[in-house]
Amino acid sequence: MPQKSVATRHSPLRVLIAKVGLDGHDRGAKVVARFLRDAGMEVIYTGLHQTPTQVVQSAIQEDVDVVGLSFLSGAHIGLTRKVIEELKAQGVADKPVVVGGTIVDDDIEALKALGVAGVFPVGTPAPEVVDAIRRFGAQRVA
Amino acid sequence: MDNHNEQIVQEEERWRRDKKVASLPPSRTEMGRDVKPVYTPADVKGTDYLRDLGFPGQYPFTRGVYPGMYRVTPWQMRLYSGFGTAEDTNKRWKFLLASGNNGVAVALDMPTQLGLDADHEMAEDEVGKLGAAVDTLRDMEVMYEGLPLDKIVSSFNVNAVCPIIIAMYVALAQKQGTPLTAISGTLANDLFCEYVSRGAYIFPPGPSLRLQTDVLEFCTKNLPKFYPYNIRGIIMREAGASMVQEIAFTFANAIAYVQAGVDRGLAVDDFGPRMSFFFANGEEIFEEVAKYRAARRIWARLIKERFGATRPQAMLLRFTATARGSIYEPVEPENNVIRGAYSVLAAALGGAQGMLHPALDEPFAIPTERTALLALRTQQICAYETGITRTADPLGGSYYVEYLTNEMEADILREMGKIEEMGGAARAIEAGYMQKRIADEAFKWEQERLTGDRPVVGVNKFRQEQSGRSKMEFHKFDPTARDRQVQRLNRAKAERDPEAVRRALAALQDAARRPDVNLIPPLIDATNAFATLGEMCDALKAVFGMFREPVVV
Repeated sequence: MPQKSVATRHSPLRVLIAKVGLDGHDRGAKVVARFLRDAGMEVIYTGLHQTPTQVVQSAIQEDVDVVGLSFLSGAHIGLTRKVIEELKAQGVADKPVVVGGTIVDDDIEALKALGVAGVFPVGTPAPEVVDAIRRFGAQRVA
Repeated sequence: MDNHNEQIVQEEERWRRDKKVASLPPSRTEMGRDVKPVYTPADVKGTDYLRDLGFPGQYPFTRGVYPGMYRVTPWQMRLYSGFGTAEDTNKRWKFLLASGNNGVAVALDMPTQLGLDADHEMAEDEVGKLGAAVDTLRDMEVMYEGLPLDKIVSSFNVNAVCPIIIAMYVALAQKQGTPLTAISGTLANDLFCEYVSRGAYIFPPGPSLRLQTDVLEFCTKNLPKFYPYNIRGIIMREAGASMVQEIAFTFANAIAYVQAGVDRGLAVDDFGPRMSFFFANGEEIFEEVAKYRAARRIWARLIKERFGATRPQAMLLRFTATARGSIYEPVEPENNVIRGAYSVLAAALGGAQGMLHPALDEPFAIPTERTALLALRTQQICAYETGITRTADPLGGSYYVEYLTNEMEADILREMGKIEEMGGAARAIEAGYMQKRIADEAFKWEQERLTGDRPVVGVNKFRQEQSGRSKMEFHKFDPTARDRQVQRLNRAKAERDPEAVRRALAALQDAARRPDVNLIPPLIDATNAFATLGEMCDALKAVFGMFREPVVV
């Protein structure tokens, strides 16, 4: 089990931005990554076509504080569930998960029910996403 | 003439002084151009009508690719559609065709586009979501049930699996007894764009270009009514590229494809007329129109001068345009109908040959029947009620539009020059150049949306306080789609001759190892043996390997 390093108030929050599944629409993920970096966080962007297992491996290896998933494919419920289950299986379920993309209202509820900390559908202003991630990351570390 | 222009310039100076024009607020286009309060003939004095504009249907085609343009028939109207299984898609297509769509723009799901069968582990959550699932020839048969291939035009957004899909379409035509000379359609067949902005690639660039050229060659020799290329700027534009980058990057990719065709021994005069393009536009109407006019002029000159084409039909920039779904907003989604309408207007004034149109619920889901119909009506009302179709290039001669056209042309050529200097599109993509430019623009766009520098009504301008989340009904993914698809896949596998499949796949792999062999015929054989899409791709992956993207944010 890797040593869990705790981000103190003085070290930047580490965020994983992942494209999980077959979806190649990466504009939103990249824009959010830029805003997070501008806000002083360290962002690891996984690139496309990650499996849930790969996402969780990266989250552990990179010792991130927040895991962000981006979907413009309609596959968000099934794949988010798999990521959350894998996080649990690897003993790192304390890493909050946030999801962004083409997500209808009914699905926001479904994702929250799976344990997702925050959902940011298309159109959510980037600063709102940044603030929420900062909050979730700080809560986890506290 | 010059004397007259000098007079105009002088009068303009006087007008500027008298009317204190310098104190008017500045105004910038989407491309960031400072626009004058008024344009005059002097602003376009270098333009020679016959050399630079000419007549529609005549070189350099600035004013349109056909003499009659929309007077003969309006642009082709389609809606990108497909979801669930082949039956679900067949049903939606019949609805759209009955409502006035001219053909089908085929959406295939992500597993299919990435060469995965519905029972693949990575396909599990994605079967039938963004398009129809196609695993074997059986799916193609069901999708086209009741739609004879000589009576329908099919536009396929397929890239990595394009050779397989065209093999299936040909096999289906042969089964129907339809002559190959009678089937019409378009294939995207455009991998460079996938490497840059969409991610639906499988193989590395070298093999991709070989496969693309196999498709080009097969269609040029056997399918006279098929467009084997639909080279896309839309993807890059929707990923964030500016108007200039959209055209410049697309043309850079197209140059590579044309060159590959020429290297294969095909004549530009033969396949040039069968190349088509696909762009996107937003609501900056005059600049988008100028973009399309400049693009036509640039392409015509390029094909003639660089590739030595002699047939005018080889020099035509035939293109489909789409309103930019990326500018649609989830807040007050009805506003998207209007955004779409203005974008349709810009595309029509820009002379597009066809349009796909995003429905108003694009920020949420794929269209419902209702929103799909409204998307079609948006185009139909423009075409049939506004009168803009009566004459070609109605904005031609506008001092502003001609000025913008010249500026656009200069900017696009400059950007294309940069890519040439890098060694062409493939080099630029390997270096992450296009990807970085696009990511930068997307970031800038979002910043402008936040600050209000880019007004978005209802969002950053005139926003209403109550919650904007819509209470609309959205398309619901059918949770049974995957299982139904896997069932059909299993049935097809159970009913086929496994030895015939094994032989066909071995022959395919053999052929893949030989760069001088066109892979479409062996793919048709494999298709007829009911080899699956996944099995055919696996056979090719074993020879070609897989592409790993350079990650650029």
